[in-house]
Amino acid sequence: MSETLSAKQLGFYALNEKVRELTGEIIIDNSYGERFIAASATADKSIVINGTPGNALGCYMDGAHITVNGNAQDAVGDTMNDGEIVIHGHTGDALGYAMRGGVIYVREGSGYRTGIHMKQYKDKRPVIVVGGGTGSFLGEYMAGGLIIVLNKNSDGRADVGRFTGTGMHGGAIYIRSAEPPEDVPKQVLCRKAEDADKVAISEYVKRYAALFGGDINELLGADYWVLAANSANPYKQMYTDN
Amino acid sequence: MSLNYIYPDNEVVRNYDKCICCRACERQCANEVHEYLEEADKMIADDAKCVNCHRCVSICPVRALKIVPTDHEFRKNTSWKKKDIYEVYKQAESGGVLLSSMGNPSEFPVYWDKILLNASQVTNPSIDPLREPMETKVFLGAKEESVKRGEDGRLITKTSPQLKLELPVMFSAMSYGSISYNAHESLARASQEAGTFYNTGEGGLHEDFYKYGGNTIVQVASGRFGVHREYLETAAAIEIKMGQGAKPGIGGHLPGKKVGPNVSRTRMIPEGTDAISPAPHHDIYSIEDLRQLVFSLKEATAYKKPVIVKIAAVHNVAAIVSGIARSGADIVAIDGFRGGTGAAPTRIRDNVGIPIEVALAQVDSRLRDEGIRDKISVVAAGSIRSSADVIKAVALGADAVYIGTSALLALGCHLCRTCNQGKCNWGIATQRMDLVKRLNPDIGYKRLVNLMTAWKHEIEEMMGGMGINSIEALRGNRLMLRGVGLTDVELRMLGIKHAGESA
Repeated sequence: MSETLSAKQLGFYALNEKVRELTGEIIIDNSYGERFIAASATADKSIVINGTPGNALGCYMDGAHITVNGNAQDAVGDTMNDGEIVIHGHTGDALGYAMRGGVIYVREGSGYRTGIHMKQYKDKRPVIVVGGGTGSFLGEYMAGGLIIVLNKNSDGRADVGRFTGTGMHGGAIYIRSAEPPEDVPKQVLCRKAEDADKVAISEYVKRYAALFGGDINELLGADYWVLAANSANPYKQMYTDN
Repeated sequence: MSLNYIYPDNEVVRNYDKCICCRACERQCANEVHEYLEEADKMIADDAKCVNCHRCVSICPVRALKIVPTDHEFRKNTSWKKKDIYEVYKQAESGGVLLSSMGNPSEFPVYWDKILLNASQVTNPSIDPLREPMETKVFLGAKEESVKRGEDGRLITKTSPQLKLELPVMFSAMSYGSISYNAHESLARASQEAGTFYNTGEGGLHEDFYKYGGNTIVQVASGRFGVHREYLETAAAIEIKMGQGAKPGIGGHLPGKKVGPNVSRTRMIPEGTDAISPAPHHDIYSIEDLRQLVFSLKEATAYKKPVIVKIAAVHNVAAIVSGIARSGADIVAIDGFRGGTGAAPTRIRDNVGIPIEVALAQVDSRLRDEGIRDKISVVAAGSIRSSADVIKAVALGADAVYIGTSALLALGCHLCRTCNQGKCNWGIATQRMDLVKRLNPDIGYKRLVNLMTAWKHEIEEMMGGMGINSIEALRGNRLMLRGVGLTDVELRMLGIKHAGESA
């Protein structure tokens, strides 16, 4: 059995109150920027949103499944711990801020600071797959997890803006492009992916193709750049006890 | 190797007539100051390793030890003090940023010490707290602006969530990582017993302490360490850390070598990895953005818990708090420039921020002027040393205070200010198991409860003396305060009169 809610009619407060109470399949129609949908939602909820949900969709989410038929806005999956978010469109800035687990698939592009502070812990390893390009500061302060940028409309250029991986000290970023991203800091190692590297991402790229369509050979066969923390050149500031 | 320019600050003085060479000092000192010379049957000490923590002094069964500041000095110079000279030496030697612990020790005015309290005489009676009821309970959270009634005429009694404190004192944010498991256990148990709250800091919450959730404030900082659904749901309140008095504008960096198995578990990061909390929240650039984080936390916990925003006291603090009051936050915590820390760059700690007394007075006045004082509770922090400081803070406008250093002192801290070295001989600011076990939480929590009990009595005495029987009636009651030796500007900033001026 599924429940259908009209977001526009309820407003964010009443809508989220209803979503908290319900379990099972929940359909939200007429979404026009309602914030915090599915905040800390657990695995007993599966939510379909038709329209454009507002900021902080799925923040602190802990196991629920969300499909957005439309674009999403900023801070999707902030501090998400588990679950899956599928967005049939674009997203805004700070996608997956400090995400610790679960997977986010974005059919098109995402904004600035995608995957900032992403981390991993034991069996928790978060994954973000972006179909298009991203804004600058991709994977800023990244400490763990996996970001895959498919750059599907960029003609071989790494469409990720500037300052990729600034402050990165863990995890991996895969960028599908002929050229490497610009402005990679010296604390981050950027190298061309070999076939063995692609094993790590094939599961997620296949799922992307299954969700949104696309030729898996074209998506997986192209060149990728892999970014990881450069253990030979870590961030450190020498301190003196005083 | 170049010459060592630094002469030790402290000298270990041993009375050899008393010393029985029991070697207790040697066993107890994590800094390895003491050594036994077998052939001479004599204890010796290396002054250079001594941090002046008094562990050996306290443990010595015959009181043979004392630590004294050295009288070795440079040629007198008003401008170049020994500290300035040594800091240059240290940096010339290492190329490193100077790192310090605990609060700013420099000679800035302590306004608490220049404020005196009023008492009743003749015309308005004082109250004897031993015989008459005295209310020290406070509720923190947004207050209703007016009495509301339902359609049936009945009072609507549903309020926004409140924290109930038996006295207006809570324990400040100190992370598991900066302090030990046993220190956290002591704080948690003491909070439960004394009817107040302790704060996890940004290091997450150990699963053993979930049972104290009703007295726990959990922190959410830019790195979001250990933040997850259960952590938020367990807590009594959630604090967003925007800043800290000891290091305004500076973030936290727990080096990988300090992330052992237990710290790894609460911060939810792999062992040995760096834990970086940058100063800015990269998703907050405005009050509107702050509002989004406040409400995301409220949504995640079904509006059941108050949200606190903690900031450092900086030049524009009143305007900033005015914004925070409009962000939907229930409580604002303001940390003055003397606030403590486990580690901060010396230059930041000693040169950035403003005194809490002035910040608090300015914030309270600003919120009142704007008619929004009841929208938010104000918690003052940053070197509250006694119940008198608490009373003065309340009269300057605070709903409650946070104490950090005072709480650590109760646990045995001797303010040697070397927390950053991780070798705390008192088992407080360390993760070394052999040291941690020196702090017995069964004793530690009782000492904290004792401190709270004693302060509560003193608060009641001082209130009674002023003829006030409820702490709420003291809040912002600046007529109960008088300044001594303060300039006109200082009095104006504090919003108080000088001693001798009548109401």
